[in-house]
Amino acid sequence: MVSFLRFLINGISLGSVYAIIALGYTMVYGIAKMLNFAHGDIIMVGAYIAFCAMAYLSLPPMLALLCAMAVCTVLGIVIEGLAYRPLRQATKLAVLITAIGVSYLLQNTALLIWSSNPKVFPTLFDLGSIRLFDGNLVITSQSIITIAANIVIMLALTLFTGRTKMGKAMRAVSEDKGAAELMGINVNRTISVTFAIGSALAAIAGVLLCSTYPTLQPTTGAMPGIKAFTAAVFGGIGSIPGAMIGGLLLGVIEILGKAYISTELGDAIVFAVLIIVLLFKPAGLLGKPMREKV
Amino acid sequence: MKFNKAIVALILAIVMIMGLGSAALADEALKMGVIGPFTGGAAIYGLACKYGAQVAADEINAKGGLQIELLCEDDEHDAEKSVNAYNTVMDQGAQMIVGTTTTTPCIAVSAVAFEERTFMLTPSASSAKVPEGKDNMYQVCFEDPAMGIFSAQIIADNNLATKIGIIYNNADDYSTGIYENFKAKSEELGLEIVSTETFNDDTVDFNVQVTAAKDAGADLVFLPIYYTPASLILATAKSMDYAPVFFGVDGMDGILAMEGFDASLADDVILLTPFSAFSEDEHTVDFVAKYQEVSGGDTPNQFAADAYDAVYALYNACLAGGIDGSTSPEDACETLIEQFGTLEYVGLTGDMTWTPDGKVNKLPNAYVIKDGGYVAFGE
Repeated sequence: MVSFLRFLINGISLGSVYAIIALGYTMVYGIAKMLNFAHGDIIMVGAYIAFCAMAYLSLPPMLALLCAMAVCTVLGIVIEGLAYRPLRQATKLAVLITAIGVSYLLQNTALLIWSSNPKVFPTLFDLGSIRLFDGNLVITSQSIITIAANIVIMLALTLFTGRTKMGKAMRAVSEDKGAAELMGINVNRTISVTFAIGSALAAIAGVLLCSTYPTLQPTTGAMPGIKAFTAAVFGGIGSIPGAMIGGLLLGVIEILGKAYISTELGDAIVFAVLIIVLLFKPAGLLGKPMREKV
Repeated sequence: MKFNKAIVALILAIVMIMGLGSAALADEALKMGVIGPFTGGAAIYGLACKYGAQVAADEINAKGGLQIELLCEDDEHDAEKSVNAYNTVMDQGAQMIVGTTTTTPCIAVSAVAFEERTFMLTPSASSAKVPEGKDNMYQVCFEDPAMGIFSAQIIADNNLATKIGIIYNNADDYSTGIYENFKAKSEELGLEIVSTETFNDDTVDFNVQVTAAKDAGADLVFLPIYYTPASLILATAKSMDYAPVFFGVDGMDGILAMEGFDASLADDVILLTPFSAFSEDEHTVDFVAKYQEVSGGDTPNQFAADAYDAVYALYNACLAGGIDGSTSPEDACETLIEQFGTLEYVGLTGDMTWTPDGKVNKLPNAYVIKDGGYVAFGE
């Protein structure tokens, strides 16, 4: 029982990281209708910036996080402007390939700047851990902060898209780009803002990911990126609460699958569940079914 | 008209390639192809080999006499790209290969090199499958089975454990190879293995694996894996107040060189490695200094030392066999096979001789990590 609780908390904590990354995927997909495969690598850049700010400039963790967010926001806007905007009218496939290209570009640039030697990320916000059941259940402050950050971010995003003017513009662009433009919404600016928010979230995710699992190398973002993309699809891509539920479920299934079925099959179980869900609900758990207009 | 242009271009290309080939033959320097992953996820190993080989070549060239030219090609740890890289360096005039760094590409390239009769000496591709059935493929590193057998022997001889937990990477030939032989030898020696857990290259969360070892009551955890996941396992174990003896192999070497690594996590970790950058041996100290210069400040790991030894071993064999810059790869191959039968080389990673099936004979050293440095085991 105690070990079940331990795995559950562990899974929720891992799932929260997936969820924050998935929020970025889902925002960009929902609004720009493109899969930004470079998202995972922006996480990696965010983590490196935070690492450098702390290790070389000796900034406190919060300031380092803000630095990482600022750099990633700019990076997100620049990538969108240079790589994706010129392809706004191109086929979806062209944009997808460009995104994969950007992903490789970021990874290999990081390799040149920071070399392939892994760096060990310092533990942030270490407020000790909670020990329950005679020390058999250890909950680290890392896990609690990750879970809390996830909830706060999801609520803030829901409010933002629901209540603010920019949020409404985003939803309008998401529904019909052409009509939104006719209504006087600046589509390019709206998409830029989406990328800015998505990339800032990526920076937070990067810092949380690396402070829980502290090795940092140029490929750090790749696999969590793919898992988070899976989570976004799982929850219904384009849906903000969907990304969160998808991320959490994915984390919990992964850990419990490894713990109680087999460590060898952990990832296979995750993806098998995804396939089953998509067979019954092709739009994901919370996704709206799409009707193709002919 | 277009068709004619294509033919002219083709002829020109052929002439150019032939020109390159004959120019290479006239050159005096010995040409060694160095192949490994210099970019991508496995870049850390390929770059270590590249820089290690560079240090050896620089030393040899500074002494005068027969010079060495290294032709380095990236294979991104991909078998197909590795074969392309092999073809590229051969076109550039390489006479022998230092490589390839990683096992899977090495198996693919050595099959081609076997057909074409090119001699290969890999610093680090340690799988038993690498030299198997190929008389032209030699290793500088230990073979995986040897590492597993040594480890079990040391644990048994020193009564280090009553119950052993194992965490290994089942997506990796190196890790799996050591694990299988460790397991077989442990059974033979009567060691009890209480938990066996796996992970793969993309795993970031090790809570499940460490919990399994803890719950099974393992007092020693054997880690036949590279240091990057090992650092995560050590941190995870600490977070759950679990402190068994951790026993690693040569892949663990390098853990202390990770930037930002809390060395106290690795305190009392035992590891088996032929090379220690912390050794006070004069040759090693000199190598570490030169390596840092070439690599821009990194601390060399065993990959770097093995590559350094590979270049020197090849160079010595070339001198002994009378190979120079004008020998063809095929002739060099037959001469080197003959030379490696009798070659004795004292390198950074130990005193080496080779068996006719391409395996190296050398002894590993056991070290214990204390206060961020290595101490010889048992002292």
